[in-house]
Amino acid sequence: MERRDWYVVGTGLVIGILAAVLVRFGNPANMGMCIACFVRDITGALGFHRAATVQYIRPEIPGLLLGAFVAALLGREFRSRGGSGSLVRFLLGFFMMVGALVFLGCPLRTLLRLGGGDLNAVLGLAGFIVGVLGGVEFLKRGFNLGRAQRSSIFGGLVMPLVGIVVLILAVYHPVFDPQGGGPVFTSVKGPGSLSAPLLISLGAGLLVGILAQRARLCLSGGVRDYILTRDTYLIKGYGAIFFGVLFANLLLGQFHLGFTNQPIAHTDAVWNFLGMVLVGLASVLAGGCPLRQLILSGEGDTDAGITVLGMVAGAAAAHNFLLASTPAGPTLNGKVMVLVGLLVTVFIGKLCREN
Amino acid sequence: MEKVVDARGLSCPLPVLRVKAVLEEGPEEVHVRVDSAAAKENLSRLGQSMGYCVDIEGLTGGEWLIRLRRKDKDYVST
Repeated sequence: MERRDWYVVGTGLVIGILAAVLVRFGNPANMGMCIACFVRDITGALGFHRAATVQYIRPEIPGLLLGAFVAALLGREFRSRGGSGSLVRFLLGFFMMVGALVFLGCPLRTLLRLGGGDLNAVLGLAGFIVGVLGGVEFLKRGFNLGRAQRSSIFGGLVMPLVGIVVLILAVYHPVFDPQGGGPVFTSVKGPGSLSAPLLISLGAGLLVGILAQRARLCLSGGVRDYILTRDTYLIKGYGAIFFGVLFANLLLGQFHLGFTNQPIAHTDAVWNFLGMVLVGLASVLAGGCPLRQLILSGEGDTDAGITVLGMVAGAAAAHNFLLASTPAGPTLNGKVMVLVGLLVTVFIGKLCREN
Repeated sequence: MEKVVDARGLSCPLPVLRVKAVLEEGPEEVHVRVDSAAAKENLSRLGQSMGYCVDIEGLTGGEWLIRLRRKDKDYVST
């Protein structure tokens, strides 16, 4: 392995180990860090959905954004840019979130679930790989959302500023409506009520944001690059996350092998698989997995910022329209929406080409 | 004459795909312009794996010019 490879492996190991440690400190089981779940929790905490069990301002998310922002500034890589198929990217972010909430986890949580012994995640991982392979086929056929252009510095600062505002809300918890409880809602039971202390969550988010920005970590990129060019750089990070979390879970007594009674998971193989096919496909077309979108939006990429906002909209819809699965299994609405999502992303893959 | 690829503004992994397609024709020299550090690093790895010397020049405005020169002049594309 070259020196650079150790960087992505180190980043993966840190993420895996930190995720297990965050669970020890109070985050939901096998959910030390999950981009989809945590963006969804923030969406609920701001009242955009009313699923009372999944509302909490997860400091990890603004931490990731701001960590990437700082790392990009220090590395002189912060560049305000955008304008490449922005609204299409919004849709891709939306469906990424829907697929993830039918499976119950983003690509990162798929690995964390696997490393916690949840065998349902094998189906999720298989689906994710199939989705990435599908996306690669579109890339080979000339898929392109167009070139991004440099833009004024303010555009690139919007998402880091949003991160700061979210963080301020997490710290101060203002109450404008004593009866209704807004503007910040916090779960009193369910996964949203389980969390590590704020400073630990924030610190973990910042550290992972910095490392993931430097290493260019991307979970859809791992499989994609190996298929396209036999480049194993990113896939090494993928393996490292798994072994990091597996090792730490075994050490902390958090490893429970099996399909049933897994935390915040269901056992419906077909929809675990198809939900993640949608995530894989949408991630490749959007140029990166949910984690990478968050990191890029911290670097000034406003297209990635739009994708993250699409994820927020997807999270709100997933709970308001009952698309998200529960531990009892997927919903009919969720199944229909995954199929709609697959259809829409396939159309995007077929129709979007550079002129 | 070197071949020129403008990969500025392209999402991952399109810069790599475009340059790979050019390198598969086995040209002696290819110049690529990129504006993202990730693309710069990916192209550097791609060039090395395909038998090219990689030389990176930083340009103004956060862009890079990557010069890829074939190491083995008798290189035959497969």
